[in-house]
Amino acid sequence: MTDATSGAAFEPGMDPERRTWILIACGAGAVGGAAVAVPFVSTFAPSERARAAGAPVQVDISTVQPGEKLTVEWRGKPVWIVRRTPEQLATLKTLEPQLADPNSERTQYPTPAYARNPYRSIKEEFFVGVGICTHLGCSPSAKFQPGPQPSLPDDWVGGFFCPCHGSTFDMAGRVFANKPAPDNLEVPPHMYLSDTVVLIGDDKKA
Amino acid sequence: MAEFKQSPAGATTAQQFMTWVDNRFPATKLWTEHLSEYYAPKAQNFWYFFGSLALLVLVIQIVTGIFLVMHYKPDAALAFASVEYIMRDVPWGWLIRYMHSTGASAFFIVVYLHMWRGMIYGSYQKPRELIWIFGCAIFLCMMAEAFMGYLLPWGQMSYWGAQVIINLFAAIPFVGEDLSLLIRGDYVVGDATLNRFFAFHVIAVPLVLLGLVVAHIIALHEVGSNNPDGVEIKAKKDPKTGIPLDGIPFHPYYTIHDLIGISVFLLIFSAIIFFAPEMGGYFLEYNNFIPADPLQTPLHIAPVWYFTPYYSMLRAVTDPMVNVFAGVVALAAVLAVLKGGLAKQWKVAVLVGAVVVIAALKLFDAKFWGVVVMGVAVLVLIPLPWLDRSPVKSIRYRPSWNKILYGIFVVNFFVLGYLGMKPPSDIGTLISQVGTLFYFGFFLLMPWWSRIGEFKAVPDRVTFKPH
Repeated sequence: MTDATSGAAFEPGMDPERRTWILIACGAGAVGGAAVAVPFVSTFAPSERARAAGAPVQVDISTVQPGEKLTVEWRGKPVWIVRRTPEQLATLKTLEPQLADPNSERTQYPTPAYARNPYRSIKEEFFVGVGICTHLGCSPSAKFQPGPQPSLPDDWVGGFFCPCHGSTFDMAGRVFANKPAPDNLEVPPHMYLSDTVVLIGDDKKA
Repeated sequence: MAEFKQSPAGATTAQQFMTWVDNRFPATKLWTEHLSEYYAPKAQNFWYFFGSLALLVLVIQIVTGIFLVMHYKPDAALAFASVEYIMRDVPWGWLIRYMHSTGASAFFIVVYLHMWRGMIYGSYQKPRELIWIFGCAIFLCMMAEAFMGYLLPWGQMSYWGAQVIINLFAAIPFVGEDLSLLIRGDYVVGDATLNRFFAFHVIAVPLVLLGLVVAHIIALHEVGSNNPDGVEIKAKKDPKTGIPLDGIPFHPYYTIHDLIGISVFLLIFSAIIFFAPEMGGYFLEYNNFIPADPLQTPLHIAPVWYFTPYYSMLRAVTDPMVNVFAGVVALAAVLAVLKGGLAKQWKVAVLVGAVVVIAALKLFDAKFWGVVVMGVAVLVLIPLPWLDRSPVKSIRYRPSWNKILYGIFVVNFFVLGYLGMKPPSDIGTLISQVGTLFYFGFFLLMPWWSRIGEFKAVPDRVTFKPH
């Protein structure tokens, strides 16, 4: 048997077939080693318990007053329920030219079909959104007070401000243009079980 | 196998014992090769303290770490309280914990100074390239160790710092989201993340770190230490003994010498532990005294000081900065084609490569390139032995303007570090963008600038005045 792969010269008395077997043994060893690595690396993935913990959350929104924000935890993330005042709703239309993606057309965090409207919500009044900045995952602060204030533009009409890298969002969680965050705030799957109870994490009729 | 030795006639019990040991384990051989007959150059100055100090801090971190683990609970529900328990209820626990937290910052101070020494005296040049590369690997391990250790107290800065850094990995195209999920082990930073970071911080990374430190020292003792003159002391040996004329045994000369450095270091280290363990919020950030709250980000978040120069570079990469990078790549490609003296097929390859890089720069988010810049800022240290084309090692014999350049490099590193601690601002971003370009220019243009200018004559022997 000739040895074309290694290209090494053979001295008299050497058995070239042994080198072939060494190659096969090393190859088999490498495959075996890689196979053993699979279960070890797999343990890094979220556990079954972590996967199961994504259960939907029911929230009673009857006590939320206009202009107030309620934060609940869903899958370990803050989910905001904001009851917007008519004045706040009126700002949404006027801000559109300043936004990066006013119609929520980007697909990184797809907006559910029932929230693909100017208010990004099922009910005009109530905005339901995941309070995690789409830049590096900080939780933006509510800055509903209009007017000039530190770190915000002088013509601020109310919205959210991320303290980490300065991204700003309007009252519908839409990101302003030329900010570090590339996407609007995520709208989680949600549905209304009654007029005052919203289910976060599921939007299919039972 | 070595020959089996016999004790000489009339040997003492101690000598007989050592002969017995040496026939089974090279104890005497190790002692002579690495200490009593390891010849280090005379006249090593102030900068040469930091190698042994780094070893000292490593020992401090390992010992205090072991004792902290005895009381700490790696559980998201218990971690914060267990650290406070160490601080308040464990006898002298506060001291052990402050030694560990101050030790982390001290480690970076000492290692930054140690690296700086290597840079100014050309200690990475032939034949010490592998010492330098092992050292860079140690630095990377230290960064991983520090980052994961910072999550363990489970304070607000621990939590949101980890959240931001892990999300950086999510910026990598195609595999990023899955990768960050694999790092966290959950959809958010949580108990699973804390537990695995604990495992890495106390077992995995320290093991690798220790192995690398051993490799670093073995490589050093193979080629011998450099010196402020950048002279190879092995070139001039005593013809009779074969010992370098400018060399003195590491033990007892440098072991005693280093005790001075250790004393001064411990004086400062203790002063910080006892009088300013938080160091005004630089060594321990105030927000980290608030338990982690996944629903609320602190108003200002910044990494601990030793990461801030790199964090500044990360933040400097905005969309306009990516355009600047594209311009630099285009310019470099045009210069390479016009002035490089390359064969035709290489010219084509350079142009194609440049087009691919520019297309990639525009295709992926600036967020991703920020992550790349931060990573490359550390990795660019590794090829330093090949980037530096200077005919001499030490800055003493390089052209005088090199001193100014190295000075600007240090000032720039401090400015980047300062800006990384501050909230983002337009002027700060602009300065850090210039600083980032300077940092990379310093290294990537080194093959050219390190050859320019008038070099001074390097002496044959180490500059040394007996006193």
